[in-house]
Amino acid sequence: MTTQMQRWTSGPGRRLRTVMASLLAVSLVLAACGGDAADPETPDDPDAADDPGAAGDADLGDPLVVGQVAEPASLDPHQVTAVNDFRININLYDGLVRYEDDSLGVEPALATDWEISDDGLLYTFALRDDVSFHDGSPFDAEAVKFNFDRMLDEDHPDHDTGPFPLANQFFGQVAEVRAVEDHVVEFELSQPFAPFLSNLAYPTGLLISPAAVEEHGEDVGRNPSGTGPYVFVEWLGNERVTLERNPDYWDGPPGVSGVVFRPITESQTRVTELLSGGVDLIVEVPPDDVAPLRDDSDLTVQEQAGPHVWFLILNLAEAPFDDVRMRQALNYAIDKQSLVDDVLQGTASVAAGPIAEAFGWAYNPDLEPYPYDPERARELIEEAGYGDGVDVTFFVTEGGSGMLDPVPMGEAIQADLREVGIDAAIETYEWNSFLDEVNAGIEGKADMAQMAWMTADPDTLPYLTLRSNAWPEDGGFNSGYYANPEVDALLEAAQVETDQDERARRYHEMQEIVVEDAPWVFVASWKQNAAMSADIQGFEVHPSFLLRLHDVSRS
Amino acid sequence: MRVYALRRIVQVIPVLFGVSLLAFGMMVLIPGDPARAILGSYATPENIATLERQLALDRPLPVQYVTWLGNLLTGDFGRSYSLNRPVLDELTERFAATLLLAGAALLIMLVLGLTAGIIAAVKQHRWQDRVFTVGALVGLSVPSFWLAMIFIVVFSLRLGWFPTSGMRPAFGPSGPMDVLHHLVLPATALALVASGVIARLTRSSMLEVLRQDYVRTATSKGLTRRVVILRHAFRNAIVTVVPVVGVQVGFLLGGAVYIETVFGWPGIGRMLVTAIGTRDILLVQGGVVLVAFTYVLLNLAADLVQAVLDPRIRLQ
Repeated sequence: MTTQMQRWTSGPGRRLRTVMASLLAVSLVLAACGGDAADPETPDDPDAADDPGAAGDADLGDPLVVGQVAEPASLDPHQVTAVNDFRININLYDGLVRYEDDSLGVEPALATDWEISDDGLLYTFALRDDVSFHDGSPFDAEAVKFNFDRMLDEDHPDHDTGPFPLANQFFGQVAEVRAVEDHVVEFELSQPFAPFLSNLAYPTGLLISPAAVEEHGEDVGRNPSGTGPYVFVEWLGNERVTLERNPDYWDGPPGVSGVVFRPITESQTRVTELLSGGVDLIVEVPPDDVAPLRDDSDLTVQEQAGPHVWFLILNLAEAPFDDVRMRQALNYAIDKQSLVDDVLQGTASVAAGPIAEAFGWAYNPDLEPYPYDPERARELIEEAGYGDGVDVTFFVTEGGSGMLDPVPMGEAIQADLREVGIDAAIETYEWNSFLDEVNAGIEGKADMAQMAWMTADPDTLPYLTLRSNAWPEDGGFNSGYYANPEVDALLEAAQVETDQDERARRYHEMQEIVVEDAPWVFVASWKQNAAMSADIQGFEVHPSFLLRLHDVSRS
Repeated sequence: MRVYALRRIVQVIPVLFGVSLLAFGMMVLIPGDPARAILGSYATPENIATLERQLALDRPLPVQYVTWLGNLLTGDFGRSYSLNRPVLDELTERFAATLLLAGAALLIMLVLGLTAGIIAAVKQHRWQDRVFTVGALVGLSVPSFWLAMIFIVVFSLRLGWFPTSGMRPAFGPSGPMDVLHHLVLPATALALVASGVIARLTRSSMLEVLRQDYVRTATSKGLTRRVVILRHAFRNAIVTVVPVVGVQVGFLLGGAVYIETVFGWPGIGRMLVTAIGTRDILLVQGGVVLVAFTYVLLNLAADLVQAVLDPRIRLQ
């Protein structure tokens, strides 16, 4: 452009015409290109149809195109922390165990069987002996050992290919991994830790090829090799990750030729891409779009309540919420049903207590959510001595992981509280600043704060947010300073107990106490949703919020 | 001329230094840090400490900055925390995408803006003038992201002519035509707003020049109307337009953020917004330095072009 303009000086008239002509030519090309696309016959998936890299068996048709919410950070299962990355990895890799089809319980995957010692310290896994990684290297006990040593042992030669942010969180109790036989591996824990088995099913427990790590070093996240139903083909930055079906998959080959993951951060753009046929399947459909998509006969919408709780942390260290009556009053005063129906348009369900219903065995089915009863709330407030009204400060976030629609939710809650004489002043923060403020404890800053958690097991959330040893100064997330020795004892015991029925009994009891003590306002559990073209078969939204595409096919 | 250009380029260095220090300072001052953003729900102090050690974020801030600066001088932009890859790789890809978008928009803007401006001036007070003047005003007043959404509704959803989002590599299996196909809507949406400014400016500048004596002389010499307008009048009118084109390129690069967001275009603007959200300091630093460098370079280019076009500027 600069050079073209400089050339004008030598012979303006002719040169100018040349420039103008070339500009015109470009705009004609652009126009022609538009005409090109106006062809009436557009394949339902123009984005993938012309991509030879993704084409597999002709009879399986085009690869499935998935609209993701963001560009993946990495495809190394041990480096990533976001569900957006997990959604790809779960299709590339397997773990020793995996979640059952419709719950967060575990079933065999690369391990066929396992034994747990009576003291809960030794886990012995028998491995499949018919599996290879996509790069051809064998899957065996040494490969399992390599995976965990690389994450956990700072002296391991490949530990510097990290970081491994969640290794300590999920596998910090692992003292040693031993390859006992070719296909038998043993984990020794430093202390009993009941969530260990289900943590192995979490995407941080997926297993990568040691040969690939040694070959690619810290860039293995862009050159992944697993054992999963799909094989990595290519990753074009900010445009697509392409996988093709693994014809030799140990659990039967997938029914589509491959999968293309496209990062489309704007939720509205994901919806328009689905409507225009640019993608086959999208996740995290915004609340306002769920109903119209549901009414579209070319599309199907699926929903599934997930392991997620949205709640309000109350500040128990200071008035007015140091009084249990005021906390219960808040639970009565907020119309949760209206929040999930009107603000969230049915994309969440009402939560009864601190453990999400999706956890099945750990959830106490006898719990009833606090009913919406402003009359009862006013009585309690009167009893507590705040009948003349009270001012509180309410921390609200602008957005953030799992926070749903925090600002409209905050405003609706504010309106409900005004009805019962509580005047909540909202202070809004950007997500990372919000976490900084709230995680450090809200004493002296706010009386209530929004929060949401999504976890892989029922243990983590109450353990980190409800114990008296988990106050912010002790490194936990009990930002409202709740303390009840009974709850502490139950949580500690449930964490080390390996018998699931015993664990369930303790969690059920804990939930009853916590709901009565009301250190939070229990509000909602998010429903994961996905919308897809009607010809996609065999896809189920999983409670883990992962995206398992092994059984997907086109009709 | 060469000395002038060289001096201007050397002046860029302290600007970039200041910009990078400012970006670093702001990223450090705002609450939240990369380790916390990566860990999300699991940001326990233990996990944060371990991760900060692995990311070398536990060192004193001045050491971090100086290390970054030292590496930068050897062409090493560091490694992005949130993307797990070299910052330079990410910057190159993203900036190429933005340049493609802004470059296409620039072409459309020049064609539309200059043509409309010239015609409006030549046909002053006639219907062509009215149409282009009103059109330019409308173009100026419409926000580009709104126009982008209207484009998607009309041209993608209703007519199905263009894809609604995404970008394909120009040299990939899908070929350059496919890139153009994806480029039409975002580039046009971005360009229309900017064309309004160019059209109005070209019109007023042309009107002024057309009234001058030498133009009348040229016409009375018997030159054709086309030669008078394009060679004699336009050549002089463009001198006032060029610096504004420089500014408009900045506007195109900056305004690309909205367009990139609406169309899912993988440009550098969107990358910066995301990187700030995830507190990815090195990525923000690298991006800011690159964008600042481009701005300075573009302004320099506009000044040089003007100097070439107008000998009076060169002589001063």
